[in-house]
Amino acid sequence: MTMSNSATLAVPVGGLYHRRRIANKVALSLALGAAGFGLFWLVAILWTLLYNGLSAINLSLFTENTPPPGGEGGLLNAIFGSVVMTAVATAVGTPVGVMAGTYLAEFGRNTKLAEVVRFINDVLLSAPSIMVGLFVYEVLVVRMGHFSAWAGAMALAVLVIPVVVRTTEDMLKLVPNSLREAAAALGAPQWKVITMVAYRAARNGMITGMLLAVARISGETAPLLFTALNNQFWSADMNAPMANLPVVIFQYAMSPYEDWRQLAWGGALLITVAILLLNIGARLLAGLGTTRK
Amino acid sequence: MTEIALTLTDAHASTARRARRQRLQDAVFRNATLAFALLVLLILGGVTVSLIDGALPALRAFGFGFVGTEVWNPVSEQFGALAPIYGTLVTSVIAMAVGIPVSFGIALFITEMCPAWLKRPLGVAIELLAGIPSIIYGIWGLFVFAPFMQSTVQPFLIATLGQIPGIGNLFMGPPYGIGILTAGLILGIMVLPFITSITRDVFETVPPMVRESAYGLGATTWEVVWNVVLPYTRTGVVGGVMLGLGRALGETMAVTFVIGNAHRISSSIMAPGTTISASIANEFTEAVGDVYTSSLVALGLILFLITFTVLSIAKLMLLRLQRKAGA
Repeated sequence: MTMSNSATLAVPVGGLYHRRRIANKVALSLALGAAGFGLFWLVAILWTLLYNGLSAINLSLFTENTPPPGGEGGLLNAIFGSVVMTAVATAVGTPVGVMAGTYLAEFGRNTKLAEVVRFINDVLLSAPSIMVGLFVYEVLVVRMGHFSAWAGAMALAVLVIPVVVRTTEDMLKLVPNSLREAAAALGAPQWKVITMVAYRAARNGMITGMLLAVARISGETAPLLFTALNNQFWSADMNAPMANLPVVIFQYAMSPYEDWRQLAWGGALLITVAILLLNIGARLLAGLGTTRK
Repeated sequence: MTEIALTLTDAHASTARRARRQRLQDAVFRNATLAFALLVLLILGGVTVSLIDGALPALRAFGFGFVGTEVWNPVSEQFGALAPIYGTLVTSVIAMAVGIPVSFGIALFITEMCPAWLKRPLGVAIELLAGIPSIIYGIWGLFVFAPFMQSTVQPFLIATLGQIPGIGNLFMGPPYGIGILTAGLILGIMVLPFITSITRDVFETVPPMVRESAYGLGATTWEVVWNVVLPYTRTGVVGGVMLGLGRALGETMAVTFVIGNAHRISSSIMAPGTTISASIANEFTEAVGDVYTSSLVALGLILFLITFTVLSIAKLMLLRLQRKAGA
């Protein structure tokens, strides 16, 4: 890369040139090997999941409640609990995230406060979820005196917020200012400019963010361990402990009973498929948004 | 004449009223979004306060010695955080030792070597893998990876590395299958998609002009990556690695399945151990007594301090790269 180097380049099979080519070959084969190695394990995990999970999937998985050891059963109450808590968490967390994201993108773009909120939000985004569980335990479970589905849903809502804040801000920033200015020139007040013009332009991206948040919380186990706990029986009472897929998978997989382990694999496959579908859906939607522009 | 004047003042008055109403609505909306933005700060504040509050009884009982003692005895109510801290750090180091070079290799492959038609599907696949919940890695680790470690990898390590004086101590003892090493390796596989996707993203921020100038001078692909791309993106790559480290430090479920939950520090990395998050996950609902519960919360507080520091550094590094790319 210096002048002397380019001089040696002219020599067809020089020592230095040869060495550099070999170093290149070695490094690139190592990279190829690393890529192969990494992808091998990730594929292996999905393969085992599919292999063990498919044999556990049958109709009773969706129609019966979690069984005692040795009994026949399915995961109906756990699936129900997961869906309910995820839905409540999304319903609570999304508006909060959208509003906070709106502040960051529309009002506080270059303020110090927005910078701090953005920073803290990004830290929360990758903070260990078990700490959120501890937080909700201290704030809700201890106060209420018992575990409950509400506490579980709130723990998940805390995880939804940073994801939605981030995507809302990013998507609103992509909306061209000329759109806002056009609406403002027609005399629309700022809140109308934002809710009726900017939100509409950024809608796909914002829904994508919500789907990603749902995908993230539907597999979370740690925050539910000591908030929603678990329930062996059917329960639709938000004030009582509620069964949920991740904790059932955890308990059943760690158990010594073969039929419980089977159910755990079945549940694991269900969660993974649901999450992959959500992620793919979110991605397709985001793709739609970009092509329309 | 007077009639027209009257309607005009009427119109003026109503416009003024409407303007006032709109200004009010704007102020309400603006402050509402501000309140929710502040809520984000409040959540972090709440986490901090509640962890400190919950940890107080344990810190009062054991003082700062809590961090430095290994004993963990629910019966005599003596608790120390050293073993979980040790386990957390060692598993994360193992995870990084596996995760960093492999992610770097994958990112290099995607940005520099891979044919154009494969680039997008591969990138999407990596990002989908990042979405797989950690419990899946845990259950796979327990039923597939740990038996494999026990039957194949660990006996091999004991027979080879275990015989070398010095570092042999790290690879001694019976092959349990589960333990610190297994947990660290699973974490390493788990952080791959995170680190890879960030590394790839920052590699792509290198302006094509810079890259092509180096190629134009006759540099090989490896020389371009090592001498041009990597120095250009250094802070971003370190940020990505720190983000992966943050994940590894706080990861709960993938570790809880395979760590063995033993509160002791063994010289061998193949022995069972525990991490902060695994201790909390395993014991919290079963903990009886204030001191026991509070000790677990104190572990959570320590984890919070560690991950907050690591994640903050990661974020600052990525921000610095962003500013450079923006400038």
